[in-house]
Amino acid sequence: MNMAVVTETLQLRLTPPVRYVLRWADTALIHAQRLAEWCGHGPVLEEDIALTNMALDLVGQARGLLTLAGQLEAQGRATPFDEDALAFWRDERDYLNLTLVEQPMRRSSAHSPGGDFADTVLRNLLLASWFKQGWKGLLTSSDAELAAVAAKALKEARYHQQHAADWVVRLGDGSDESQQRMRAALLRAWPYTAEMFVDDAVDTAAAASGLGPARSALRAAWLAEVGQVLDEATLALPADPQSVSTGTQGVHSEHMGFILAEMQSLQRRFPGGVW
Amino acid sequence: MSDAKQEWPLWEVFVRPKAGLDHKHCGSLHASDAKMAIQMAREVYTRRQEGTSVWVVRSSDITASDPADKDMYFDPMEDKVYRHPTFYELPDSVNHM
Repeated sequence: MNMAVVTETLQLRLTPPVRYVLRWADTALIHAQRLAEWCGHGPVLEEDIALTNMALDLVGQARGLLTLAGQLEAQGRATPFDEDALAFWRDERDYLNLTLVEQPMRRSSAHSPGGDFADTVLRNLLLASWFKQGWKGLLTSSDAELAAVAAKALKEARYHQQHAADWVVRLGDGSDESQQRMRAALLRAWPYTAEMFVDDAVDTAAAASGLGPARSALRAAWLAEVGQVLDEATLALPADPQSVSTGTQGVHSEHMGFILAEMQSLQRRFPGGVW
Repeated sequence: MSDAKQEWPLWEVFVRPKAGLDHKHCGSLHASDAKMAIQMAREVYTRRQEGTSVWVVRSSDITASDPADKDMYFDPMEDKVYRHPTFYELPDSVNHM
């Protein structure tokens, strides 16, 4: 397929199926970007490698999904936007990831204190369990490529979940300090979990057409799995969130712009640059 | 990590490249217990599809020969070439001796 080098912000036709695929793709992509911040900064060498391995798994998932989103978006146009164009040449409003993955994880900010390893392992647990349920549902997608991405990604998510759960239990059921930090991380992340399970027209259309599960369908299995880990970690399940974040609608927190600036600057300075 | 007591113990890692072959020693790593050591071994030593199975052993559980005994232990074998099966005529169909 012939791909043109993109040099300006994309004008996209974000139909419901494109939005649906971009939500999965962008959540994987931005989560990977946050995990990659650990590269060279892990608490121990082995965990540093583990975190970056996971980031690379997620980038791989995002690549497959972005390619697919480009093909769905291009209906009738000769040259679809490729994975790089979609990763690096969209405006903030056209990224449709969960707000949770944008939040600072390694570094604190004035708006979001934290930057604790506890935030990382806790977020990994919440997301890996969510992805696991998502990939399971997508195995039977009406889109063969989406089903193929899901089949590969499911194996990766299973490992990510196990690795994260292991840490959450170790630290939650660890020393007084580690438990207190895990509890704080859980309370920081929990408000953002509502968005993982709230349906809108995009979910309804995807479920109706067989493209993939609505987010609400993921909740029961997710809560059972996460609840079991938290229980083992002696961490109480927080109360249900009172509001729903809006990253999957393209309305992001203040952190998103900084992530994109770091992510996109190289491609925008050297369009089509490869190594 | 200045306090030596807080260092995680060292583990030796053995990876089996494929079914039928032996687990081979490929390095070591630090982990707090066996479960973590297995996960870390997977992360550190099988990233490039090197393995189908991993063993970990606490380094402190390995009893090693003393390097100072090297002369006594191993040098006497130097002049016993007759212990090598190189004096036999092997049929061509035997490939892996």
